[in-house]
Amino acid sequence: MNPESMPEGSALVEVSDLEVHFPVRGGLFLRQTGTVKAVDGVSLAIGPGETVGLVGESGCGKSTMAKALVRLLKPNGGRVHFEGADITRAGTGRLRPLRRDMQMVFQDPAESLNPRQSVRQIIEEPLAVHRVGNAGERRRRVNDLLDRVGLPRESGERYAFEFSGGQRQRIGIARAIALNPKFVVCDEPVSALDVSVQSQILNLLMDLQREMGISYLFIAHDLAVVQHVSDRVAVMYLGKIVEVADSETIYRRPKHAYTKALLSAIPEPDPSAERERILLEGDVPSPINPPKGSAFGHRINHPRYEETIGVDLGLVEIEPGHWVARDPCCLEPGDYARVG
Amino acid sequence: MNAVNETEARNNGTLLEVEGLVSAFDTEDGLQRAVDEVSFTVGRGKTLGIVGESGCGKSVTAMSLIRLLPQPAGRILAGRVRFNGEDLLRAPDSRLHAVRGGEIGVIFQEPMTALNPVHRIGRQVSEVLRLHTKMRKKEAWEASVEALRRVRIPSPEERVGDYPHQLSGGMRQRVVIAMALACGPELLIADEPTTALDVTVQAQILDLIQRLQAELGMAVILITHDLGVIAESCDEVVVMYAGRVVERAPLRELFANPLHAYTRGLLESIPRLSLPPKSKLRTIPGMVASLGELVPGCRFCQRLGRRGEVLHHRPPFREAVSGHWVEACPECFQG
Repeated sequence: MNPESMPEGSALVEVSDLEVHFPVRGGLFLRQTGTVKAVDGVSLAIGPGETVGLVGESGCGKSTMAKALVRLLKPNGGRVHFEGADITRAGTGRLRPLRRDMQMVFQDPAESLNPRQSVRQIIEEPLAVHRVGNAGERRRRVNDLLDRVGLPRESGERYAFEFSGGQRQRIGIARAIALNPKFVVCDEPVSALDVSVQSQILNLLMDLQREMGISYLFIAHDLAVVQHVSDRVAVMYLGKIVEVADSETIYRRPKHAYTKALLSAIPEPDPSAERERILLEGDVPSPINPPKGSAFGHRINHPRYEETIGVDLGLVEIEPGHWVARDPCCLEPGDYARVG
Repeated sequence: MNAVNETEARNNGTLLEVEGLVSAFDTEDGLQRAVDEVSFTVGRGKTLGIVGESGCGKSVTAMSLIRLLPQPAGRILAGRVRFNGEDLLRAPDSRLHAVRGGEIGVIFQEPMTALNPVHRIGRQVSEVLRLHTKMRKKEAWEASVEALRRVRIPSPEERVGDYPHQLSGGMRQRVVIAMALACGPELLIADEPTTALDVTVQAQILDLIQRLQAELGMAVILITHDLGVIAESCDEVVVMYAGRVVERAPLRELFANPLHAYTRGLLESIPRLSLPPKSKLRTIPGMVASLGELVPGCRFCQRLGRRGEVLHHRPPFREAVSGHWVEACPECFQG
């Protein structure tokens, strides 16, 4: 996608033609035998205070893309900009001050919280690392943060494993917002939680955004969750974004066949809902040996697949703010005629 | 087995009848009840959904039915589980061996742990067949190919020689289903069969289970935390909270007319595609108390921080509307 969906220069985070490759090793001496293009030419911009949702099946490159966005990974190609500055090749020294502004919340807080630290130490750590305030000020800041995420102050003296999944996620969030970041990547933050607790955490994230103006990249496999918290949604398939639009549009007028299939697969908690289900055959193809043409066209065995080999299937704007891959296998003939 | 009971059960269309089931675990703090007087029935060829949040006793209930509680900590303390009129809780072990994998098939959440990584798929399916029938090795291998074909695994003649790691998550779950159905069971217990899978693969597996159910005329107990999955696949629903059945009703009745505050809370806290984006979601405050801290009375009131008599006396399980049962104190009853 072109960053055009964001007015020039107004994006907080922006990637263009991002590529992240991983070596595949095999054989006796673990020589490199191939390359996985986990992220294969992705462009996306996130504005201040905006939530962009990222959906797709497991293995489609969502998490890899997120890590490249906050420069936990070095991209193999393309550009990463943060507040207008090119940070594609920035080293540790240049990245350190930026780390204050870019944080992550992970799926399983149990694995991302140090079991040997008290909750207070966990939340205080980013403040200490970035030398914010003196000990007394940091103590007060941790108290404020505990209040803010809805944990009693006494819980600061306990250890993370003493808490339930939902409370641990609150600890993870308190740590992520400790430095007043501008951008937070939420990687499946509620997937491990029960629905009643899931809604508590989603409300907390939405409240924090309103108060602090944080931008989120929100990754989840639950499309209903993503649609609910996001301003815009990007759909990813095999390392590429195939459709981007605001979340109402994605839900009401999806254009790409894969988006339609994903939406139709969500089980609706309403027994009287009459829906037509598009059952996809098979699984996501391997990124080690991807199809040469339209990856989704290949999966659904589309008769026009051959046409897509060696052709640019990049995103085009089908209506204002609604971008979709120019792919004859995945668009209705009428839609394809409009963009083709 | 009592022949009269059996004939009666066959005639009235009830396949499984669970009555007053109590299962407990030995813990450092003594014996703790994870399932506390649970009752429900499953009709022949019907699908019963058991829904609830983690730790509410869904899986322990299911495992108790076939006496597969983790040993030595797990124990069934009371109740009856009548399968075709025969009480499985009092049947000899040898009989249970025949029932499990024979008349009752079981599939679990994580297909990788249900499959042995060092044996070929064909050998694992054959093993089930040879255990329950008089088939010879070669016959069983051929029957395995057919079993894989039945669960729509493409080119089953080739896949039968694969090891589990060579298959994707969805394909592995198909193999597990093939094993569970190899002997044509009358009841399939599916414990979170799609939780570890992507939505697209989940849709395939649920569709497959429904089609096989129709082909084989078997009943299904589907355990899930996902009310969406329940809405799409069940005839009747049991809602569990803190080891107890708080509500039981036919599918449409439950969704249209939830009578327990917990059921209502669950239904309202799901983000739905039809809600306005970024609107505030309804929540259920607090969380389930741990096993050792549960009160004898209304446990949902306990979660909501209510106090008093209501925490001491267990509300009765009663039929509020025809076929619609609820165990709710006056505070939690939403009728």
